[in-house]
This record gives sequence, C-alpha cells and structure tokens, in this order.
Amino acid sequence: MNSSIALSVQDLSFSYGGKKALDQVNFKIQPGECTVLLGPNGAGKSTLFSLITRLYDSREGRIELCGFDIKRQTLLALAKLGVVFQQTTLDMDLSVLQNLRYHTALHGMGGKQAEQRIQQELERLAMYDRRFEKVRQLNGGHRRRVEIARALLHKPSVLLLDEPTVGLDVPSRLAIVDYVHQLAAEEKLAVLWASHLIDEIYPNDHLIVLHKGQVKANGTVDDVLDATDTLTIKDAFYTLTKGEQVL
Amino acid sequence: MKLLHYWRAMWGIIGRELWRFVTQRERFISALVRPLVWLFVFAAGFRAALGLAITPPYETYILYEVYITPGLIGMIQLFNGMQSSLSMVYDREMGSMRILMVCPLPRWFLLLSKLLAGTGVSVLQVYVFLAIAWFYDIQAPWQGYLWIMPALLLSGLMLGALGLLLSSFIKQLENFAGVMNFVIFPMFFMSTALYPLWKIKESSALLHNLALYNPFSQAVELIRFALYGQFNQQAFIFTLTAFIVFMAAAIIGYNPSKGMMMRKGGG
Repeated sequence: MNSSIALSVQDLSFSYGGKKALDQVNFKIQPGECTVLLGPNGAGKSTLFSLITRLYDSREGRIELCGFDIKRQTLLALAKLGVVFQQTTLDMDLSVLQNLRYHTALHGMGGKQAEQRIQQELERLAMYDRRFEKVRQLNGGHRRRVEIARALLHKPSVLLLDEPTVGLDVPSRLAIVDYVHQLAAEEKLAVLWASHLIDEIYPNDHLIVLHKGQVKANGTVDDVLDATDTLTIKDAFYTLTKGEQVL
Repeated sequence: MKLLHYWRAMWGIIGRELWRFVTQRERFISALVRPLVWLFVFAAGFRAALGLAITPPYETYILYEVYITPGLIGMIQLFNGMQSSLSMVYDREMGSMRILMVCPLPRWFLLLSKLLAGTGVSVLQVYVFLAIAWFYDIQAPWQGYLWIMPALLLSGLMLGALGLLLSSFIKQLENFAGVMNFVIFPMFFMSTALYPLWKIKESSALLHNLALYNPFSQAVELIRFALYGQFNQQAFIFTLTAFIVFMAAAIIGYNPSKGMMMRKGGG
C-alpha cells in the first residue's frame, strides 16, 4: 500500500459487449495534484469514471484509492472519494440544504458535524445565504457549486469531476476551474478532471490525453508538449489523436 | 460508529422519499384516485353481478366493495412498487442514483433502505385510503387497522423488491409502459384482488392455478386476513419467500460485476 498515491489505475481495460471502451489504461495521481483527463466525446472518460466509482466492475486491471483496492476494499475506497458527475445529480424539488443533508446522512455524519461542514463548504463557494432555496431556482453555475460543495462534505482525498462545466457560461466556468485548482493546492486534494476544453488546463497541471480508450499522453503539460514537439496543447492534442479537434 | 452510519443513512433515504412524496401533491392524489375509482365505480357496478359465499376471513355475507378493499390496498402497493422502480430508472438516467451508489455503504443495504422508503410511502397511502373507505362504510374491526401494518410492510417490501428487480432490467424510462402491460395488469387481474379463488376455478382451472401461485394474490390474502385480525400463515410464508427471492435477484441485478449494470451506460 502506497499512501502517497491518491489514485492509481493499473492496466485497466473494459469492453461493452465486443466494443473496447478502455484499453490498458495506466496512470497515477498524487495528493495536491490537479490532473486533467483530456479526450473527445466517446474517448472513454465516462467509462473510466464509472469504473473508478464502481458503478461498473473492472474485470481487467486494478484501481486503488489511497491504497485501497476498489474491488476488494470497496467501502474504504469509496469513503475517500468525492464525485461531481457530468449530469446534475441534485434533487431539484429539494432545497440546497436538504440536498446536502441527504449526502451527509449517506456518509454517516451527525447533525452538528453535518451542519458545520455544510456551512463551511457553502461559505467557501458563497452559497450559504442561498441554502434554503430550491435547487430548481438556481442557475447552472450555482447548481454546480452546490454539487462541488456536496462532493467535499465528507472530506475526500480524491475529487473526480466529469466535465463539470458543460453548459455553463464563461465566467461561471472559469470560476469553477479556478476554485478546483485552488482546492487541489490548498487542501492537498487529488483532482481528476475530465474535460474536452483546453482552456481548463493550467500550466502546472498533470495532463492525460485519452483517445479511443487508450492513454496517448501522460505527464506535465510541458512533458506532453515536448513529446509531441508542439507549442500548444491544441496542437499536441491534434497530433496525438490524429486529427481530433479540441475547443 | 459503523451502526450509527447505517442508521443515519437509512433515515436519510427514507426521509428524502417521504418528503418528496408529501411535496408532490399530484402523486399523492393520483395514488388515491385510482383505487377510489375502483371502489366507488367498479365495485358499485359489480355489486349486483357477483354473489359471494361466506369464506374466511369473513364470517358473514359481505358486499363486493368489502371484498375488493384488500385487493385495492394491494393495488396501491403494486403501483407504488412499480412507481418506485420507475423512479429508480429515472434516478439512474438523471444520475441521482449514482450519488447513492457511490456512498461508502454496501449496495444491498442501500437498496433495502430505498425499498423501505418506498414501502413507507405505500403504507401512508393505504391508511389514507382506509380512512376514506371507512366513511364509505367499509369498516374493519379496530384491531385490524393495527394488524394490517406488519402485513403491509411485508407486502410492500415484496412488491417493491419486484419493482427494484425490474428496474435493474429496464434500460430506459420509456420501457415502463411494458411493465404496465406485462407486469402490473397481469398480476392484478390474475389474482384474488377482484374475485375469490373458487370463483376463478369455476371458469378456468389454469387461471385458478396462476392466481393461486401469483405472489400478488398471496400478498392480498395476507392483507385481507390481517384486516380482520387473522394471520394467514400460507400467505405469509409465500409472500416472505417471494420477497427474499426478488430482493436477492435485485441485489444481483445491481451488483457491478454480475448484474445488468454492466450492459448499461455510455462511453
């Protein structure tokens, strides 16, 4: 068990029927590191997330969260994980507070501790004053903020975000990108961020390029640019995926 | 500490379901209207056509409305069980099921909690229905209203587990119409909810056997006897067994390595 690795994916493969969605995927993420998983639609990002969250089971390969095998030590591993899914997973007819309380109950937090954590996370995202509002009344950006707050309530070590900025306007998108980078740095949180937008990548980020289920590049932004002999991530991506475009 | 975690999570799930039910007024009303229409219209119309002999648990001749009341209670729970399966498919499509599935508790426990939550809602619906029926002069002995509680819990769990099992097979929300046609209607009509077994036997031996072994019939009989303060052992064993079988199959259905979840989802 190596606790300095927050998330480790080893030799992971997965197929839907005969169609291979992931092929021998390998990477590691350290605490405090923000890793962007860049890939076009259908690259296998969502499948990878479903395997890490154990919605699907990986027959080939191994996934460890803070040293816990997701298959054998599922509950210990899941306790370390915070997730923001691509689609919104909030209950629209409940208030922000009710949604967050539901999450704290699922994680076994008691009343006082739960209220404290909810207040802390919502205040950090400037959403505490809106805690009594129904989620339906919030705009897309604010809903995302609530989902990020929720994912952090149980103090996970690894935060997964599956294209969390899809459908948001530019200011909301940039604010969320900035906040998550800040979280990684300040809270020593390991972040895995699936995206197909290159402006969400910061120069110090760890970059993984996934294409047709295979890891085409894995390293710092500079490593990837050097390896592809390109000057921009856009060009690097174009080279690695043989013609796919990113925005 | 671990037990407390389970306890809090279970009440979190049940509380959320009850709150949603209370705030969704249309769902509450439609859940009541269906059996009430059957009681006030269908049963009233059939009263003259159907003669009923004295059969346990009844000790005297009864009106058809009285006979079908336990069947309609079963209907409430059947629809509720299927509705919860519908909401599971919806939740899965919308993603909120994922939030439940990634919390650090065993999947069987989460499914059981979800089932208990759905059953709690159906028990609430049944008591409101019984209260309305009481004013319509369908009155059981007062102990019956207490005895029916455990029977409702078991029948609700059994029908909910069936819904859960179906939800693990249904890929998309649209397929729910199929559940209506192939599960709800056959189960309801091929049961003792609307007519007693001996009456079915008079017209068809095959139908009689189907009704006899239909778990929904057994749940209805369990409720019928409980409402009159009696315990129907056969119905109890049959309903309990059906619950265990459906629940076990549903847990397998939601198991990430064995079940239907493997065939779902996108890239």
